[in-house]
Amino acid sequence: MYIIIALVALVFLVITGVVISRLQNVLKNVNNSDAADAEPSGNKWNGAMFIVILILGAVSITWSYLHAREFFLPEASSIHGRRTDDLFWFSMGILTIPFIIVNFLIFFFAWKYQHKKNHRASFYPDNHRLELIWTIVPAIVMALLVFTGWKAWSDITSDAPRDAEVIEITGKQFNWIARYSGVADNKLGDYNYKLIDSQNEVGIDLSDENSFDDFTNPSEMHIPVNRPVLLKIRARDVLHSVFIPHMRVKMDAVPGMPTKFWFVADKTTADMRAETGNANFDYEIACTEVCGQGHFSMKMRLIVEDEASYKKWCAEQATFLQTYPEYLAKVPENLKAKAMKYVPAEAAAPADSSATSAGGAGSSSSLR
Amino acid sequence: MSAIEGLETAHHHETEHEHHHEAQNFWQKYIFCEDHKVIAKQYLITGILWAVIGISMSVIFRIQLGLPDSNLSWLKPVLGNWISDAGKLDPNFYLALVTMHGTIMVFFVLTAGLSGTFSNFLIPLQIGARDMASGFMNMLSYWFFFLASVIMFASLFLQSGPAAGGWVIYPPLSALPQAHPGSGMGMTLWLASMAFFIVSQLLGGINYITTVINLRTRGMSFDRLPLTIWSFLITAVLGLISFPVLLSSVLLLIFDRHFGTSFYLSDIYINGEALPNVGGSPILFQHLFWFLGHPEVYIVLLPGLGITSEVIATNSRKPIFGYRAMIASMLGIAFLAFIVWAHHMFVTGMNPFLGSVFMFLTLIIAVPSAVKGFNYITTLWKGNIVFTPGMLFSIGLVSLFVSGGLTGIILGNSALDIQLHDTYFVVAHFHLVMGAASAFGLFAGVYHWFPKMFGRMMNTTLGQIHFWMTFIGIYLVFIPMHYVGIAGFPRRYYQFTSYDFTHKFMDMNMFISVAAIFSFLAQFIFLWNFFYSIFKGRRAPQNPWRSNTLEWTAPVNPGHGNWVGELPAVYRWSYDYSKPGAKEDFIPQNIPYSQTLESNFPHENEQIANEKAIESQNYNDQFNAH
Repeated sequence: MYIIIALVALVFLVITGVVISRLQNVLKNVNNSDAADAEPSGNKWNGAMFIVILILGAVSITWSYLHAREFFLPEASSIHGRRTDDLFWFSMGILTIPFIIVNFLIFFFAWKYQHKKNHRASFYPDNHRLELIWTIVPAIVMALLVFTGWKAWSDITSDAPRDAEVIEITGKQFNWIARYSGVADNKLGDYNYKLIDSQNEVGIDLSDENSFDDFTNPSEMHIPVNRPVLLKIRARDVLHSVFIPHMRVKMDAVPGMPTKFWFVADKTTADMRAETGNANFDYEIACTEVCGQGHFSMKMRLIVEDEASYKKWCAEQATFLQTYPEYLAKVPENLKAKAMKYVPAEAAAPADSSATSAGGAGSSSSLR
Repeated sequence: MSAIEGLETAHHHETEHEHHHEAQNFWQKYIFCEDHKVIAKQYLITGILWAVIGISMSVIFRIQLGLPDSNLSWLKPVLGNWISDAGKLDPNFYLALVTMHGTIMVFFVLTAGLSGTFSNFLIPLQIGARDMASGFMNMLSYWFFFLASVIMFASLFLQSGPAAGGWVIYPPLSALPQAHPGSGMGMTLWLASMAFFIVSQLLGGINYITTVINLRTRGMSFDRLPLTIWSFLITAVLGLISFPVLLSSVLLLIFDRHFGTSFYLSDIYINGEALPNVGGSPILFQHLFWFLGHPEVYIVLLPGLGITSEVIATNSRKPIFGYRAMIASMLGIAFLAFIVWAHHMFVTGMNPFLGSVFMFLTLIIAVPSAVKGFNYITTLWKGNIVFTPGMLFSIGLVSLFVSGGLTGIILGNSALDIQLHDTYFVVAHFHLVMGAASAFGLFAGVYHWFPKMFGRMMNTTLGQIHFWMTFIGIYLVFIPMHYVGIAGFPRRYYQFTSYDFTHKFMDMNMFISVAAIFSFLAQFIFLWNFFYSIFKGRRAPQNPWRSNTLEWTAPVNPGHGNWVGELPAVYRWSYDYSKPGAKEDFIPQNIPYSQTLESNFPHENEQIANEKAIESQNYNDQFNAH
């Protein structure tokens, strides 16, 4: 890295030198250049600069790319992610060709056709065949890129497979909350933003029996490996955006409009720790839609594990009702009996009256 | 209070440059002036002042991003409590800086400063008109812009800070004062300022369109218009169609903020309170915003491309290659600009089918853009290039336009946008293709038409040095930024310490920041050259670049009505450079074919018969009352 800095410092130094020497020329030549057919002022060194910058630019772009490559994200940990990555590098590869050709021509022509005395430019106002060629060639290349992109996009955004594990993720200022459908019925309960309070952070609707075994987690999300995971994404205050860089997953969280994204993670956290050689490696979920002061730190840990440990982890989680038995009061009478199953025995008895202490105890275990 | 202070400071800034020695009718001549040339200069100087503010802001947040450990206490005299006692930038103010940088650069510098300056200055002079169709509306246009500027400037001095939800001000963040301090008074002023700004743009735009259609001088048919005028015309049409949509989206947002409506709000629980709003859609705002926002990109860029066409042709001493293809591609870009807006919204949860449609439409834009790029290059080919500063910036523009445009093909691909959306890859892309390219158009225009504006020359060598430092600086900033984006760094992050995956590229970010500061410092060369040359520059000859367009047939310091005596007549297109057989390597538009028999092509000889007719139709001259 110090090499770059040194290199840049050198470039700046050279430029400063040029500036100073030129300035002196300027001061000397003030008010004495009005000759009609004189060499245009500074044409020679500007022409030369185009070649110098062309060469320096090519070298430094190549070098900086090779240097930067090792800091890019590791190979994608999801199936669609590797596909979009391949497509990205394929497109970048194709686009590098016009990038090089066009910039070369601009710089080279600028140098080659710089003003010469007693020389006249050629009068060349149009050529329909040329125009046609450079309309059609980009059009064909575009068609190719559009087609591959469109295929990938429609597969990625297609409906999630039926066996997908459904997890809800809700964005708020300034953290994410994951909600799981629970081990008993595997269905997420309803929600309503008007039911949100400081404990029921995602507005779980306890009049829906599916919500009885739901559990939430405000700091980490666990997902099974090699199985489709469908994220149901919501926001409760402002826009957020779920970004899982290693999975190449991104989808906005919009208040009032649930969104979704499904993907298959095929490398567990442990796999990645081995692969990257970093024992502390963790998948992370970030926010990419500006949402206020804490936007830069809406971090949630993502743990990808095998099916067995995932099941085990889910079973260990305290359901929302276990954590906050006082919410039993919100369960309609006809479903009370069913809901009782998810409430700790000691809290069940005085459920309607004084459950605050039990709730506190429960929460500490689930929040960790 | 502090707002008033800001207001007065702004006023002071705006008027400073206007102090001239004229005493008798100073107000009419320099302040509430209806002369297009003065209005153009007002736009230019206001734009430059805004640019200084806008770019300074970017330097401050680049320091925060690239040199996060630096002590910013030295900024306390300017920023006050936005710098903590430990010398750290306030995270809320960081967002405000990012937001205001975007707003200022996009709207106040590159829309008003670029299009406002050169449309006003060049349209009458290049089409051979006495002035704009309505001088009064033109004056109103500037003063509405000035009012917008004052309000926006005042918002910088609010205790709660200026607007801070990103320049796209997506609700609900921008609609809820309880969500962010910047969504309070700062956002109110932002919205008010933008409403006035839009009024200004519409007044200006109607004028540009009317003037180009109605006030062309005799013989100036549409196929003889310089490409600059074509680009200003198309830009004005884009603005006229799209800015009203922004106005309506802004108004609806004002309703949501102040009158309890729910256009953009639904199902919101914030600060321990569930809001009553239901049924609104934040996505609606995004659709409306980007319906302006995308054409806005071309509103910013097309004038730059038009200026470049003119400057490259003049200084290559060659006709622009493919004049008609250039017009066609601008029209194509303008049309497509209206039907690609949702490519900013691939991952908002919009229907994926819509995403496919917009991906397809977006990538079509690459075709007319490629045509423009190749045409510029072919114009350079076998030229006799004079590296005036204007020419250097035009060549630089083409390079930036192509380099930045290519990554647009990546981002326009919805599948790839999933990962790259709202990362630094996007930031790098649009700064190259729209920010830097348009800024280069602005510089090219200033260097090229400075002699016509102020009757004096800017220093060439300083201009050339300014170009190289800026050009190198821009690439040093934005090429590495692509790498940061590929590594997944999200934009609008106050710092990168919260995540493991952003725990790298510390030195790369430092490098970018240093390069940004370097580019920023280089602009002072320009500022000095500009202001010094206004007063002390070498006196300009009438046609310093030996150019063909009509403005160079006007006096060095054109007075009211631009031409003394009759308006010039036009007999040919503006690109007769290096015509075989001609005595000089340029033939201005007002030279009839009958005087250039030695260089005429056969079909041009036939046009000699029309010259009498052109000569006699002089009904567009307001000074010639009929």
